[in-house]
Amino acid sequence: MPIKSYLVHPNLGKKQLLHTALSQIEQCEVIPAENENLLILVTETQNKTEEENLQERLSLLKDIKLMALVSGFNTPKTF
Amino acid sequence: MYESLKTNRRDFVKKMAALSAMTAAAGMFPGIVFASEQEKGIPANANLDWKKAPCRFCGVGCGVLIGTENGKAIAVKGDPKSPVNKGLCCVKGYHSIMALYGSDRLTHPLVKKNGRYVQTTMDEALDLVASKMKETIAAHGKDSVSIYGSGQWTIPDGYVASKLFKGCIGTNNVEANARLCMATAVTGFLSSFGLDEPMGCYEDIDHADTFVLWGNNMAEMHPVLFSRLLDQRMKRGVKIIDLATRTTRTSMAADKSIIFNPQTDLAIANAICYEIIANGWMNKSFVDEHCRFSKGLTNMGYGLEDNYAFTDKPEGISFEDYKDFLEDYSPEKVSNLTGVSVKDLKYLAAHFGDPNKKVMSLWCMGMNQHSRGTWINNLVYNIHLLTGKISSPGNSPFSLTGQPSACGTVREVGTLTHKLPHGVVANKEHREFAAKIWGVPVENIDPKPTYHTVEMFRALDRGDIRFMWIQVTNPMVTMPKLKRYRDGAKKEGRFIVVSDVYPTPTTDIADVILPSAMWVEREGLYGNSERRTQHFEQMLEPPGEAISDTLQLIEVAKRLGYEKQFGYKEDTHIAEIYNEYRRHHEGKKHNLAPLEVLKSQSGALWPYVDGKETKWRYNSTYDPACSNGKDFHFYGNKDGKAVIWQRPYEPAAEEPDADYPFWLGTGRVVEHWHTGSMTRRIPVLHQSMPHSYVELHPKDADRMQIKTGDKVKLTTRRGEITLPASVNERGVPAPMQVFVPFFDESMLINDITLDSFCPISKEPDYKKCAVKVEKV
Ligand code: SF4
Repeated sequence: MPIKSYLVHPNLGKKQLLHTALSQIEQCEVIPAENENLLILVTETQNKTEEENLQERLSLLKDIKLMALVSGFNTPKTF
Repeated sequence: MYESLKTNRRDFVKKMAALSAMTAAAGMFPGIVFASEQEKGIPANANLDWKKAPCRFCGVGCGVLIGTENGKAIAVKGDPKSPVNKGLCCVKGYHSIMALYGSDRLTHPLVKKNGRYVQTTMDEALDLVASKMKETIAAHGKDSVSIYGSGQWTIPDGYVASKLFKGCIGTNNVEANARLCMATAVTGFLSSFGLDEPMGCYEDIDHADTFVLWGNNMAEMHPVLFSRLLDQRMKRGVKIIDLATRTTRTSMAADKSIIFNPQTDLAIANAICYEIIANGWMNKSFVDEHCRFSKGLTNMGYGLEDNYAFTDKPEGISFEDYKDFLEDYSPEKVSNLTGVSVKDLKYLAAHFGDPNKKVMSLWCMGMNQHSRGTWINNLVYNIHLLTGKISSPGNSPFSLTGQPSACGTVREVGTLTHKLPHGVVANKEHREFAAKIWGVPVENIDPKPTYHTVEMFRALDRGDIRFMWIQVTNPMVTMPKLKRYRDGAKKEGRFIVVSDVYPTPTTDIADVILPSAMWVEREGLYGNSERRTQHFEQMLEPPGEAISDTLQLIEVAKRLGYEKQFGYKEDTHIAEIYNEYRRHHEGKKHNLAPLEVLKSQSGALWPYVDGKETKWRYNSTYDPACSNGKDFHFYGNKDGKAVIWQRPYEPAAEEPDADYPFWLGTGRVVEHWHTGSMTRRIPVLHQSMPHSYVELHPKDADRMQIKTGDKVKLTTRRGEITLPASVNERGVPAPMQVFVPFFDESMLINDITLDSFCPISKEPDYKKCAVKVEKV
């Protein structure tokens, strides 16, 4: 049941677009930096398949320049 | 009974994940603002007055900004100007102000009369405390009264406590709970370098290539610093090696997790030294120039009996002697004992041995709460000394503290039985120096230390101590082998005063409860892990009749007749006390920054010399106290050299056997501050971690048919306790080990722990005793 957080670096000028795109994905929560070209993304999926699907969906987003995983909490079901 | 809080916990984990990312972002972009998140919950149109303070909780010492309006703290955010956390906090920091407003804050003094607490005025309560002290001293002598304080004491609290008890009353019955967490770090530093506290600072994190975490769950215990490590990994590809007895969030985030058998870190450290020498990785010129070799006594015992005493007898040895000693510690010879493969032992050694890698060792309770704790501290210094990886940016053996002012108040002010603000009671010159500043006859200061913490509570049980004043700490949850000490404190003829902000199991044993002003309800100073002294001003009025611990002590001192020594003015007393305290540390080795500097910035590292902080002590490029004309000068020791110690592996005081086949270790969780007396009153933290549990390895759980939530009985030679099981959740102990967090006063794990301690530091080993595990 992974919960992960990422630093997402958008392509120049695409921060707002990317924010909107990510916010539309059910498993994603986005926290934008006010004064830097950076978004924080927190994802939450229920199982391995859902996680794989999400990863694939994220990989298709063209406005992501770089995405770095910061923390992954592979929380068990009781969490 | 143990209700599921599934949703809250998941929300909480998400919040932690977000905070980790925000902290990492702050490392990359200092001053980055996530306004929407940070300022969530702040009312629109709020007219906030933001003021800086160090965080109330852990020893990382993050800078926070507190927003107040109409006399109430309503918002908190990380201080972007703080070099410690660069604008962000962990979950405890973000919720810290809520700890001020629990519904059961102590607001008026309470005095026990015929078994019931009766409210009284502060004046009357302080009169009673003073008269009981006088009475006890008259009947049983000065060493029958004692004070037990804390690494959460502000610097002025600890200073006036020491001045009153050691300088005026003339007893060395002054101890603090840092004896339970940092005393070993102190004896480690003192025996290796002659002076306490780390040589480096947090900036080492920005330079090191490899981080070796020695039994240190940084992800939960020092989350902001751990994020700085993760940030460096993203930026520079540094390696994080987690060396531990239990798989934790830190292990999961590390590049490599190595699990070892409890107590065998002693053998691991020696194996690393063996490899360093055997492979020619020793920095010979550094060792020749700056180190000497020594050995001490062995088979010291474990302090289990009352009045146990031990003094080490150091004896110089040659490099050849040391090399011969290490022959027993080759990776091949210790692999079985340690449970670590030869390959992994060599892997570890190679990181230290590589001349092109800067290495930082980090540790906290795993090494300090250890029946051979001073030894393992010495052994890690050995590794850094043999390779010359010390006292320079990125090369840093670094002992982290747990409490916000364990360093500032307990170690630097010296609120331990043997200490003075500068030096030790046993040293005549040190006594003369302190007596002069305190304005007391030198004869007042007793040259003999009395009781360290465990022995102090034993003395209370025996009746050698009759009066104890406990401030800012909760020993009736934290003392090992707790039942003995709780029963002892409740005996006839004992008088206990407790100063705190909330009711706790410790206020339950009090004859007088004094309500204290908390954190920014008074002015104060803390000193964090990296020698940073930080000031905070009073931002709020304390509730009811609560006053600061400093003022409580001053008022009692005056009632005892010490008006001259405690004639501080109410408006300026903190400044007066700090300026007086600074005089004890004058000089290039420990000078503290002036108060005006601390008021204007996020603290300053000591030694603060000619307007500059000293980031790396003992290195002549950075440290103006170096005076031997060489690149390094370990000036804490008379010959200017650091000591490489021959310290063997010895087993723990109590190891698993046929009757008690498991190891029991205890520790903390990220949500709660130590005994939870504050954080359990913060709803979001309490709900996310409502009660304690016992972690088991999945294989053991399978074999015993135990599932998460099942009730499990733990039995040791001290007693038994029943807790819900946790299998494959947050942490996973190694097979035949169990782990229990100690924050929960309704499940007092310390009732069954053992009061063995390191004979040199007298710090208890909370990580190791033998236990039987049964499904209920
Ligand atoms: S890491 Fe420690 S000092 Fe920093 S915010 Fe968290 S509890 Fe406070």
